[in-house]
Amino acid sequence: MQPKVVMKSTSITARTLLSATLLGLGALSFSAESQAQTVNAVMHSGVRIIDPILTTAHITRNHGYMVFDTLLGMNEEFQPQPQMADWEISDDGMVYTFTLRDGLTWHDGEAVTAADCVASLERWAKRDSGGLMLMNHVESLEASDERTITLTLSSPFSYVLELLAKPSSVPAFMMPERLASTSPEEAIPEQIGSGPFRFVADEFQPGNRVVYTKFEEYVPRDEPPSWTAGGKVVNVDRVEWITMPDQQTAINALGSGDIDFIEQVPLDLAPLLETNDDLILGTLSEMGSQTMGRMNFLYPPFDDVRIRQAAMLAMNQEDVLAALVGNADYYETCGSFFGCTTPLGSDAGTDTWMATGDLERARELLEEAGYDGTPVVMLQPTDVATVSPQPVVAAQALRQAGFNVEMQPMDWQTLVTRRASQNDPADGGWNMFFTNWIIPEVWNPIVNPMLNAQGREGSFFGWPKDEELEAMRLDFAMAESDEERERIAEVIQVHALEQVIYVPLGDYRSVSSWTNQLDGVLKGPVPVFWNLTKSE
Amino acid sequence: MHASHSHLTLAPEGRGVSRLLSRLSQTRPRGVTLAAGVVLTLIISVALFAPWLANHDPLALSPADRLKPMGSEFWLGTDPYGRDLYSRIVYGARVSLTVGLGVAVTSVAIGLPLGLLAGYFRTLDAVLMRIMDGLMAIPGILLAIAIVSLTSASLWTVMIAIMVPEIPQVVRLVRSRVLATREEAFVEAAILMGTSTPRLLWRHLMPSTLAPLIVQGTYICASAILTEAILSFLGAGIGTETPSWGNIMSEGRVYFQLKPSLIFWAGLLLSACILSINLLGDSARDALDPKMKRRMS
Amino acid sequence: MFAYFIRRILASIPVMLVVALFVFLLLRLSPGDPAAIIAGDMASPTQLANIRAALGLDQPLHIQFFVWLGELVRGNFGTSLISQTPVLTMIGQRLEPTGSLAVVAMLFTVIIAIPLGVIAAWCHGRFLDKLVMSASVVGFSVPVFVIGYLLIQLFALELGWLPVQGFRSLSEGIAPFASRIVLPALTLSSIYIALIARMTRASMLEVLDEDYIRTARAKGLPERAVLFRHALRNAAVPILTVIGTGFALMISGVVVTESVFNIPGLGRLIVDAVLARDYPVIQALILLTAGLYVIINLLIDLSYAITDPRIRY
Repeated sequence: MQPKVVMKSTSITARTLLSATLLGLGALSFSAESQAQTVNAVMHSGVRIIDPILTTAHITRNHGYMVFDTLLGMNEEFQPQPQMADWEISDDGMVYTFTLRDGLTWHDGEAVTAADCVASLERWAKRDSGGLMLMNHVESLEASDERTITLTLSSPFSYVLELLAKPSSVPAFMMPERLASTSPEEAIPEQIGSGPFRFVADEFQPGNRVVYTKFEEYVPRDEPPSWTAGGKVVNVDRVEWITMPDQQTAINALGSGDIDFIEQVPLDLAPLLETNDDLILGTLSEMGSQTMGRMNFLYPPFDDVRIRQAAMLAMNQEDVLAALVGNADYYETCGSFFGCTTPLGSDAGTDTWMATGDLERARELLEEAGYDGTPVVMLQPTDVATVSPQPVVAAQALRQAGFNVEMQPMDWQTLVTRRASQNDPADGGWNMFFTNWIIPEVWNPIVNPMLNAQGREGSFFGWPKDEELEAMRLDFAMAESDEERERIAEVIQVHALEQVIYVPLGDYRSVSSWTNQLDGVLKGPVPVFWNLTKSE
Repeated sequence: MHASHSHLTLAPEGRGVSRLLSRLSQTRPRGVTLAAGVVLTLIISVALFAPWLANHDPLALSPADRLKPMGSEFWLGTDPYGRDLYSRIVYGARVSLTVGLGVAVTSVAIGLPLGLLAGYFRTLDAVLMRIMDGLMAIPGILLAIAIVSLTSASLWTVMIAIMVPEIPQVVRLVRSRVLATREEAFVEAAILMGTSTPRLLWRHLMPSTLAPLIVQGTYICASAILTEAILSFLGAGIGTETPSWGNIMSEGRVYFQLKPSLIFWAGLLLSACILSINLLGDSARDALDPKMKRRMS
Repeated sequence: MFAYFIRRILASIPVMLVVALFVFLLLRLSPGDPAAIIAGDMASPTQLANIRAALGLDQPLHIQFFVWLGELVRGNFGTSLISQTPVLTMIGQRLEPTGSLAVVAMLFTVIIAIPLGVIAAWCHGRFLDKLVMSASVVGFSVPVFVIGYLLIQLFALELGWLPVQGFRSLSEGIAPFASRIVLPALTLSSIYIALIARMTRASMLEVLDEDYIRTARAKGLPERAVLFRHALRNAAVPILTVIGTGFALMISGVVVTESVFNIPGLGRLIVDAVLARDYPVIQALILLTAGLYVIINLLIDLSYAITDPRIRY
């Protein structure tokens, strides 16, 4: 491996030099820059949108954690921890005071102020559903001085810290006030954060390549890193994310040393990697993701709860997961809405209502409901491997139960547009689609967007309206102890399963792979590039 | 007529293997034509008798049986959903041939009247041909990708997407024939005798376009089958519930190194099919246009 | 001649207008909303409407069209809706890989196809001729991506001679550039080689019958000189034409080849842009390729007008 790496650092040297000097000089600079270390990574998708508040896309969130920092981090015990700021809570739980730590600097050299953070929080709260909910309980949010942010609640809300620390889907990233004052519907004009890496704007090629360099002025915390909490110590000089749409191409590139890290390897291709001793296969997020089906509550046939139940029973988690993941070591059937490995994960209600492929009961329910053969318009994405198998498998199950399924293939972006349509399924609407969330996005009833049951106006695509469920979620938000929360979460789960608010189809983990030159790759819900080292 | 003149008419037309080929020629032993005919007949039979030839439901998935190797149960193995590859390929023949024939017939059916009108009516000609020039300036594959992914990925939209870039070529071909034929004595005679315009177009001008159209049609057929496969390969093709050679290969693409059979067989059949249609097209041209054969071989 | 030149240029203006209008309408009348793509999973209808307004997508269609056209005339192709990067910058970033691929592929084509065609013509009717002609039919009947995968399997995986994929800029050195461009360029040129070998053969056959060739042979010139110096030169114009008109063919090949070999070029840019409904990028790319196509055809026609005095206008 040794010579290969050396060669690579020369070629990078050559690239930087060439812009300024002549071809032949590349070799001369060899010794001068040989310590410069670059990690080349292939992420799960190309980076196109670089405003981490504007979108929920995971790749943009991952980008956010490179360039931006958060007031609080979350550690592997799911506990909020200080990151940019420490906090104090008043005895009545109504006033939160955050104090910024020393040494925080924006990438443009200015110091981080409380006013910057207040503006950032305000912009974040306009885009994030959790933030929106929080703001309904907030009386004031202000900068008391250069270093202090004071948040005063108007009504009890016990989830403040968890929301500010949450790693997904829109984390509360901090940015200078001049950027944070951008309208929340428009992209910020510059990438200036206070995170451990700088964004290299000149080398950004949307959808193809993003380059980050170490932010030398970043002062990491002293604690050891754990998820997004603790010290973010950067040991490499440069990180490049390269897009390779063909998975096999990426695997070959990893084998040949062109790249160091692949965020997601299709498990079917893992045998290609296992034979190579220089490569390491590992799961970064043990919690993984949940895959699920969502029905449209506005139109027949799924406006009838019995038909929703029939559809849920007809589907089989095992079949969906086998087609989606393949290797049984990396998936588990799980009936919980909150992920089976999280504090709130339980099997409450799943013995009655779970996608187990019970065609008999499904047929009975269909008959009882008098299903008249109304077609189920099912949206099938053709271009994204992590969401295309579910509808194919589900369609077969529903047909076996007696449903009339009309499969509509389309690319994912069309689906994203289409699912927002509240029209009749025959007129540009839909009846069912499938998606995945990473567990931190669904792990409690507040953040889980698909348990929002406010109907046409407020809830996630599919628009269930269920006042009982909404009342339960409010109870949860005001609960004061963990026991209380667990109890309410179970009640919510039993109710939401019976109503088939959505169909959990199981949990799965994705696998990353990297060369054995990388050390200290951190586990967590977000792939991060601090802490790791690269040996030559 | 000198060769350069024939290439001159070719230059502005511009696109596609098909039309270029129609101007070229080669010597070909009779045996090759025969072999091409046999291969194509076989593929057509496979398409026609697919339900009897397939030993599994091409759509029945069984996640427990995914990515099985070739064997007695699954002759060519199974795909990532556990569907029988052999049966999917057999049914895929139907889609590929439907796309090929469908696009060839419809683009000729639409292009023929437009070409007749453009060739006959001077004013219409100017407008119509500017539109056709515009359509032709857009690379066909980009147009097709845009049409498919901007509408929906059904068999029909894929066929329309492939057809739209083919039409201008048919129009041009017909128009140039009409322009040449209307100078001929028998047409002038017909005009003097007061033949009605529709009758003139249909009875006197149209027949002269048939021979080149048949040749052009075969090449369109071959190129449509190829384009369908390319669209599927790029993720802008027909959905997985309609097996086509293109989407079979596209779905097997990720596994290319581990299980080359997932794209090998479909690729082989696809190539054989296009090859035989192209060869038959060459023969048809030689037969229907003996002037050209004499000149060029 | 000059008048003809001007006339042809003027005639291409309405063609480009048709292209612009067609592309614009196709994009705007189709489903797919860039705002939904930008906002992601949790956007409310109000948020979507706000983003649409911020992007100017809430304006009436004809206004959007004329605004776009007005900017185009001033040379402004707009910025990407998704990444907010100027479209021309994005195209600039992708130009080198695609340009290198096209140039190298063209080089291969000329080096391989023309000698093949000449030899086939020379051996007219004999075994070598038939072999070349059969191979050429195979060449454009096998899909580009199948050829690409076969080449990868053979040269990169079985023999291990070349890297499987990727692109390195020429500025990083000849060796990394060349080793990565060979397979994609061969893949891309396969159809071309087939086509141009056939064209060369056909043109050569015609020229070989001419009197001056017989004269040259009668004068006892070596056969190689007759073929390459006299015959090929006179057969060159139609061959050049095919090279030019094959441009559109190359576009389709480029899209597929870049995808097989993971080359970050224009082909991948346009596929990504279509999938993301990034209107300004799609519009600019289609318009630019169409413009290039029109220019190439113009040049070809002019070259005829110049080289062949028998053509009158």
